[in-house]
Amino acid sequence: MRAPGPEWLGSGDVSRLQVVSGKGGTGKTTVAAALALALAREGRRTLLVEVEGRQGLAQLFGAEALPYEERKIAVAPGGGEVFALAIDAERALLDYLQMFYKLGSAGRALKKLGAIDFATTIAPGLRDVLLTGKACEAVRRKDKAGQYVYDHVIMDAPPTGRITRFLNVNDEVAGLARFGPIHNQAQAVMKVLKSPETAVHLVTLLEEMPVQETADGIEELREAGLPVGRVVVNMVRPHHLDEDTLRTAAEEHRAGVAKALSRAGLGGARRGGLAERLVEPLLAQASEHAGRVELERAQRAVLAGLDLPTYELPLLGAGMDLAGLYELAKELRKQSVAE
Amino acid sequence: MSEGREGVDTVGLDTPPPLAVDRLLDDRETRIIVCCGAGGVGKTTTAAALGVRAAARGRKAVVLTIDPARRLAQSMGIDSLDNTPRRVAGAGEDGGELHAMMLDMKRTFDEIVEAHADAERARAILANPFYQSLSAGFAGTQEYMAMEKLGQLRARDDWDLIIVDTPPSRSALDFLDAPKRLGSFLDGKFIRVLMAPAKVGGRAGMKFLNVGMSMMTGTLSKLMGASLLKDVQTFVAAMDTMFGGFRTRADATFRLLQAPGTAFLVVAAPEPDALREAAYFVERLAAERMPLAGLVLNRVHGSGADQLSAERALAAAENLEEGGIVDQESGKAGLRDTAAEPPGADDDTTAVDRITAGLLRLHAERMQVIAREQRTRDRFTSLHPEVAVAEVAALPGDVHDLAGLRAIGERLAAGVPAGA
Repeated sequence: MRAPGPEWLGSGDVSRLQVVSGKGGTGKTTVAAALALALAREGRRTLLVEVEGRQGLAQLFGAEALPYEERKIAVAPGGGEVFALAIDAERALLDYLQMFYKLGSAGRALKKLGAIDFATTIAPGLRDVLLTGKACEAVRRKDKAGQYVYDHVIMDAPPTGRITRFLNVNDEVAGLARFGPIHNQAQAVMKVLKSPETAVHLVTLLEEMPVQETADGIEELREAGLPVGRVVVNMVRPHHLDEDTLRTAAEEHRAGVAKALSRAGLGGARRGGLAERLVEPLLAQASEHAGRVELERAQRAVLAGLDLPTYELPLLGAGMDLAGLYELAKELRKQSVAE
Repeated sequence: MSEGREGVDTVGLDTPPPLAVDRLLDDRETRIIVCCGAGGVGKTTTAAALGVRAAARGRKAVVLTIDPARRLAQSMGIDSLDNTPRRVAGAGEDGGELHAMMLDMKRTFDEIVEAHADAERARAILANPFYQSLSAGFAGTQEYMAMEKLGQLRARDDWDLIIVDTPPSRSALDFLDAPKRLGSFLDGKFIRVLMAPAKVGGRAGMKFLNVGMSMMTGTLSKLMGASLLKDVQTFVAAMDTMFGGFRTRADATFRLLQAPGTAFLVVAAPEPDALREAAYFVERLAAERMPLAGLVLNRVHGSGADQLSAERALAAAENLEEGGIVDQESGKAGLRDTAAEPPGADDDTTAVDRITAGLLRLHAERMQVIAREQRTRDRFTSLHPEVAVAEVAALPGDVHDLAGLRAIGERLAAGVPAGA
């Protein structure tokens, strides 16, 4: 792995807002959760935020659906704490109105009219201002002693195809609200998002489409002046076999393989025996596997060309569960310390 | 199977009925196929493969893709985004044709404005900053425009089968909701409030309402900034005459989706998240009385050696790696073969043993994947045993050309994954 950027030097310097995006199906929610666990070391406190209203975090942690409220969802090894929040645009707006304008009842009236609905689902960009705004508020929030309430905020963000637009609320809103409170709010949010306090990570698999989308996404983020963090290569399959050798060698030794299978107790090696019948499908699987390894190698080369630090997470054989999440967090810690 | 379905304890182990893809494609009554599902499950590829297969079976089909990967688009020759269906060369037999297009949401929105407003008004709308943001990016524009385009394609009646891909939304359900949401906004009270200064103002007998309204617009102005409010008001005033049309068309498209000629295919991969969304979708379609044809399950793993369990394969691999072959189960055959080994073949035997152990470990991994996928699918099947399923075997690589799409079409039609 290449030399880390300055924000990766030590745990204390890691960006305070970590945005995790990635193509659909690459496991960005899992990675965000593992990252929140990994960063909650030695008594640190992290906040995991969800902005797409899918309750993916609750599912992952085996918890009840998350309310619009920060609550502790896990304890990290070493005593750190992970909090979670599912940000709801409508509630965020009402909060915001209440906080800045004391608009309790007028807020309700606006809601009745459909104005809140308008602002949170239809008005372009406003929804994103609210969602990113709430996350940035958590990043900047301090307690009475002047300490940050959360050491890190990790966002399970929209997928790669929409991430730049989502984070670049400024562009969207600046053209619309040229001054006024929405404008100011958008500016404040952008200040955090474009600072080194933020890092946007992209999760990918070693497959063609996700890798291509990652490359495109990074280009977009850079063009928009948003800080790109790492590429997280997820679900990497173990390679304890040299597949190429395996494939060619096995082809040359069909009869020998049948005999070996038979010796290992898997039936007769003669024509029609179980061992003999196993040879063909086993070789086919090896060939398929070798093809995929080749493809993965090519994708790795593409990723290397992106010239970004990476994390690499293994595919968990048993599927994703809470134990697996802790395992991934351990892996992330190992990899960031190793650099 | 029919017996099993009655029994409570066997319900999860039920095999779902197979989805007859060819019958669906061949049925001339099928006019629209909607592919929906979570992101990253191969929705667009499925839509394209269905289009290729339909054309090869004599249908005049058009595939509406939303946001295809570059190489997939290239495989159908539609790498330029121009919002118009183009004939795909090399696809179509027995009088069948394949056309394909990529949705350009802004262009689609602009076209609606141009078609429904006089030239001057259209110009004013297209130049409005609020409209420009709305048409390029509001959370539901893509969904709304996809449905709008579907309505347009259906109205042209140039094709006898339209296959639609759905946008990679926040939630797979967004495309059903977005048209209604935009429609209710455009028809709603809020619009009238925004236009209050122009419309309500000055009317006698409305004084009370007027005060309330201006207080409201005052609040809005404070929140949104006067310039944004003014843009929105100008936009709303310019669009005023078109609102009815939006609502009418959104309703018409929604009804089209409920019509008998429409079939929904829910696309998923055998992973918990994807199948959970698929389950939500199945329930939602039922609630909306929209006709579900079945579930397309992509990337299913199979094995031609599935009679050999992961455990046995691993045990056998260890057995071979340790070199000491002490046969436990089918000792006779094993012993005989060992004895038959010619002398001096020891080195070779060790090498072959290692290779064989490798093959067995690979197989064990594959069987574990299959078992995990099966558990995930059982959960879905026990919730929705009535949903027909077509399985598509996992491919080692991505699709780059028509031949690849044809191959997927064949797997779709076969419905069960071929052994590895």
